[in-house]
Amino acid sequence: MAQTFLDSTELVLNMGPQHPSTHGVLRVIVKLDGEKVTGTECVIGYLHRGVEKIAENRTWVQFAPYVDRMDYVAAVSNGLGYCLAVEKLQNVEAPPRAQVVRVILTELNRIASHLLWLGTHALDIGAITPLFYTMREREGVLTIYEKYCGARLTTHAFRIGGLQYELYEDFETDVKAFCDDFLPKVDEYEELLSTNRMWVDRLQGVGILTAADCKEYGVTGPMIRAAGVKWDLRKAQPYSGYEKYDFEIPTRENGDTYDRYIVRMQEMRQSVRIIRQAVDDIPSGPIMGKVPKVLKPPVGEAYVSIEAPKGELGYYVVSDGSLQPYRVRVRPPSFINLQSLDRMARGSLVADLVAIIGTIDIVLGEVDR
Amino acid sequence: MADELKPEGSPEPASKAPEEAKAAPPKPVAAKPAAPKAPPPPKPPAVMMSTPWEGDLPSRVKDTFGDGILESLTYLGQSFFVVKPEAVHTLIDYLKNEQGFDYLVDVTAVDWPKREARFDVIYVLYSFARNERIRIKTMVKDGEPVRSVVDLHLTADWLEREVFDMFGIEFAGHPALKRILMPDEWTGYPLRKDYGILQMDNRWVQENLGVESGQ
Repeated sequence: MAQTFLDSTELVLNMGPQHPSTHGVLRVIVKLDGEKVTGTECVIGYLHRGVEKIAENRTWVQFAPYVDRMDYVAAVSNGLGYCLAVEKLQNVEAPPRAQVVRVILTELNRIASHLLWLGTHALDIGAITPLFYTMREREGVLTIYEKYCGARLTTHAFRIGGLQYELYEDFETDVKAFCDDFLPKVDEYEELLSTNRMWVDRLQGVGILTAADCKEYGVTGPMIRAAGVKWDLRKAQPYSGYEKYDFEIPTRENGDTYDRYIVRMQEMRQSVRIIRQAVDDIPSGPIMGKVPKVLKPPVGEAYVSIEAPKGELGYYVVSDGSLQPYRVRVRPPSFINLQSLDRMARGSLVADLVAIIGTIDIVLGEVDR
Repeated sequence: MADELKPEGSPEPASKAPEEAKAAPPKPVAAKPAAPKAPPPPKPPAVMMSTPWEGDLPSRVKDTFGDGILESLTYLGQSFFVVKPEAVHTLIDYLKNEQGFDYLVDVTAVDWPKREARFDVIYVLYSFARNERIRIKTMVKDGEPVRSVVDLHLTADWLEREVFDMFGIEFAGHPALKRILMPDEWTGYPLRKDYGILQMDNRWVQENLGVESGQ
């Protein structure tokens, strides 16, 4: 019998860059044998804006708003990382009041980022409802941001050396109300999903990444914790006063998509725990440290990293003593975690590939920079 | 102080400080020659005062690698080795397998166009067991390849591709060294200092985007 195209065993497919499940402009070239994935290759860079080049042509202070545009769903974390890096270089510290406010806003941001992840991940799997719920709760966080600094998404909430704005009058009340309101909502999501037969079947055993794999690929954040490594920079190398707060690092053992889901749900609860402790104890005092108006950090270099919602977010900053950064290198968690996609996806089904892309929690703005 | 005067016997002009600071950080800033009549010139930038990094790890590494390690320094509580390019691979291998630095955090580069060995290549390493972060820095000339560490840390795959894409530094032994963020056919390396911020590959833009210029 003559061969037809149906006889060919291998098929190469393009997923993206315009594909709803790739969360932006990620293009994955997938090699398929029937419905089984035998290999993937990521093509990235569609959103490359040359952020690191821009940094070299702005002053240290001017560059701060740009970092918000990388991981735009966790803009506050990006800002915190950058401010801490420049503060390290300048050898100043934000005053206690600013540090506590930073912790509150960053943890709120973690919640917002995880909520957006949960909604879109569930949407990828086929559950439409959670998206509406998570968007509703995320609105609470964005409203607090809006009241605090006027922006909702790319907030530029922090300044090098502290904060630009004093807290608004009802800040504490708003944050406490959000926390009280939010915790039962997490239970609600878990009720909808955690024991849902379809949810569990689609996630359990899918996209397994062991602890050894994670270390080999440099994968951090909820992904490495889901593989059983109890490692969180907030505990391992505390910054901004995280050592003062009592919280747990949630971990799981299997390192599959379901465990990563559970870890992120637990992390939202822990964030609420941190926020509650912080908001009860905001010290009074100045909000800006001793930073010169014209910022020229001494010649030198520093690497500072924080635990962003997606993993280790690092800034390697080099100063030549002038007004402008000589080099700003961003170590983006999304970019590095995405590299493990091939390891997770090999041998799985096409439908699982969608779940796996979702579980990495990438933001293409940060992957491509 | 007077970087434009350059009196006789001046140890080195202050304008070169950034580059020189990399090579010889503990240089005392106080060594200023007397500049007689000039009006107060602009202050030179404060220079990084790194101190030698003492301890068990640096002494062991120095014992093992001898000449390969040029310096071991600490600045702002962050420690780093400055090493010869040929020592990078074996050092990272040693640190991974003997000292527990099992997580390669980042690979990046910095361009210093005035220097003969033009690029710094920087590796950030972390050890989960020791909760310690160190950096390895090496200097390479333009066109001089560095041995890839993909065989030790898989994460280096994309990181080295990005350094190649942005700086044009080649990594010998990399499984598929090609551009990652820029288009494959692009010419030029955007993060080099001689690449202007408005510069682009006009030929690529005209052929692929159908416009005269992207500006």
